[in-house]
Amino acid sequence: MQAYLGILALVGLAAVICAVMVTLSWVLGPKKVTPYKSSTYECGVAPVGDSRERFPIKFYLVAILFILFDIEVVFLWSWMTVFKHSSMEFMRTSFISFLIYMSTFILGYLYVIRVNAFDWDETTSLEPAKLGEAVQES
Amino acid sequence: MIQWLQQLMEGFAKWPPIVQAVIRALLLVLPILTLVPGIIWYERRLLSWMQDRIGPNRVGNFRLPAHWKILPPGLRGRKFKLFGLLQPIADGVKLFFKEDVTPASVDRVIYFLAPALALFPAFALGATIPFGPYTLLTPVADVNIGVLYMLAISSLGVYGVVLGGYAGNNKYSLMGGLRSSAQLISYELSMGMSLAAIVLATGSLRMTDMVAMQEQPLWGMGGYGQIFQNWFILTPYGFISGIIFLVCMVAETNRAPFDLPEAENELIAGYHTEYSSMKFAVYFMGEYAAMFIFSAVFATVFLGGWNIVPINWGFLADNSPVLNGLFGFMKSMTIYLSPIWMVGKIIAGLTFYIWLRATLPRLRYDQLMSIGWRSMLPLATLNFMAVATWIFISARYGSAAGIGMWVVAGVVVFTLWRLLKSIDKGADLEVRTVKMVGGKPAPVVEVDPERVAEAVN
Repeated sequence: MQAYLGILALVGLAAVICAVMVTLSWVLGPKKVTPYKSSTYECGVAPVGDSRERFPIKFYLVAILFILFDIEVVFLWSWMTVFKHSSMEFMRTSFISFLIYMSTFILGYLYVIRVNAFDWDETTSLEPAKLGEAVQES
Repeated sequence: MIQWLQQLMEGFAKWPPIVQAVIRALLLVLPILTLVPGIIWYERRLLSWMQDRIGPNRVGNFRLPAHWKILPPGLRGRKFKLFGLLQPIADGVKLFFKEDVTPASVDRVIYFLAPALALFPAFALGATIPFGPYTLLTPVADVNIGVLYMLAISSLGVYGVVLGGYAGNNKYSLMGGLRSSAQLISYELSMGMSLAAIVLATGSLRMTDMVAMQEQPLWGMGGYGQIFQNWFILTPYGFISGIIFLVCMVAETNRAPFDLPEAENELIAGYHTEYSSMKFAVYFMGEYAAMFIFSAVFATVFLGGWNIVPINWGFLADNSPVLNGLFGFMKSMTIYLSPIWMVGKIIAGLTFYIWLRATLPRLRYDQLMSIGWRSMLPLATLNFMAVATWIFISARYGSAAGIGMWVVAGVVVFTLWRLLKSIDKGADLEVRTVKMVGGKPAPVVEVDPERVAEAVN
């Protein structure tokens, strides 16, 4: 457990430094608030609406895919540390189960590639079929 | 001198563990804090030389007064040049005293929290990196989850960027934050996979074990093959992993050519558009500290840690017919000056970063995603599986079979690559031709009129 004291000390130190950095300029700098200064920056034009709007679902989809693939690897980390030093019997069994496990990973990956989940260019995302009714009205 | 140092260390070992831990943490954080301005200066100078400019070279030139009687006569009225080294410090001091403009529409709490969250992982990341063989001083915490800790903390970096983009309540910030979240997430996956291959080959997550593993003879050779060290960059699987890690670390630190979250020609300044004064500088510092630490991770995991060259000086000194004294001296210098070699490798990594920035144009967003998911991830996964197979086969059938496996693996990977290309339909890109004024016309590509009509509609 003593080895983790270092991490505790470093995390504490980093937190203190970050807090000091952020608050120091708040304390030291001048404060002259004017309505123009405190408006949102939009290239000099008065801001149109605010930014709490809908954004493309694609970002959310990528995050879900990340969680799926990352968790699959997370389960393997503990196996990675013992695999090399283990007995032949354990090695054989665990290697076969590893291959079966990875085949689910690869199948999932191939499916995701097949359904074009990573295509970001405009011709696929602005395809009329995907945009639905809105295009035909305009 | 060395005896005195040993006594000092013995005394240090008797101190309470929490004090030792704090001193170790300070020994990591203070050099980073002092080096960050140096890195910024180094980047600006190197970048300007690459672009045929001079760069900042004025701040810090001073002349000692001629009439000061305190100084020795040789120093009076003498000019000193610091080559602009104080420029980043001057900028930093100025930023501290600038007004901290907080727009009215921001989300206050998150707005203050986000820069701190961006800087925090950059400092906390270095906890498990050894800067030399001195166990009392250098890995801040030599824990048995070293690499996992590194990955966990580096993924915290997403929060600073995304929350910063969200808190600004600005469309540019929001787009920058969203882009960067998807980018960091995608590249983290391949980064984890590339490190997984190395962890599998080492059989340990501890960073010091990885360095010890790289001091073994190259490719497990016997006889005079023991002269060379088994740096992972010199092995086939380590080379692939190293390249993948190098690309991913550039993407993880939001540096060119992967600096889409802050692409200034489309997003003003990306996720930190609404930040000013020191809060902006905190983002900046976080980026440079992260560059430093990621270079350190790369040096530790792939470039043999604190060793200067991949040569076993100890073996040479014991077995060489000539020059034993020189090799013995090199061995002791490798050990005593290890932090210097480590920092040298880190500076090489930083130079690589800057070189990339000067060389490559920024990627398009779909290209970025395509590289991350279509090239890096399958390559890293196949590499990882190949390492597992190699370990199994060499344990079961001997190391000759293990080497044969690498040849088979190369063929299999190539076939799978082609297969993947055929399965992956890819994006149907619109075809555009450009004719440069005065230049040769671009080759005319046959365009299917129906598809163009579809795209236009």
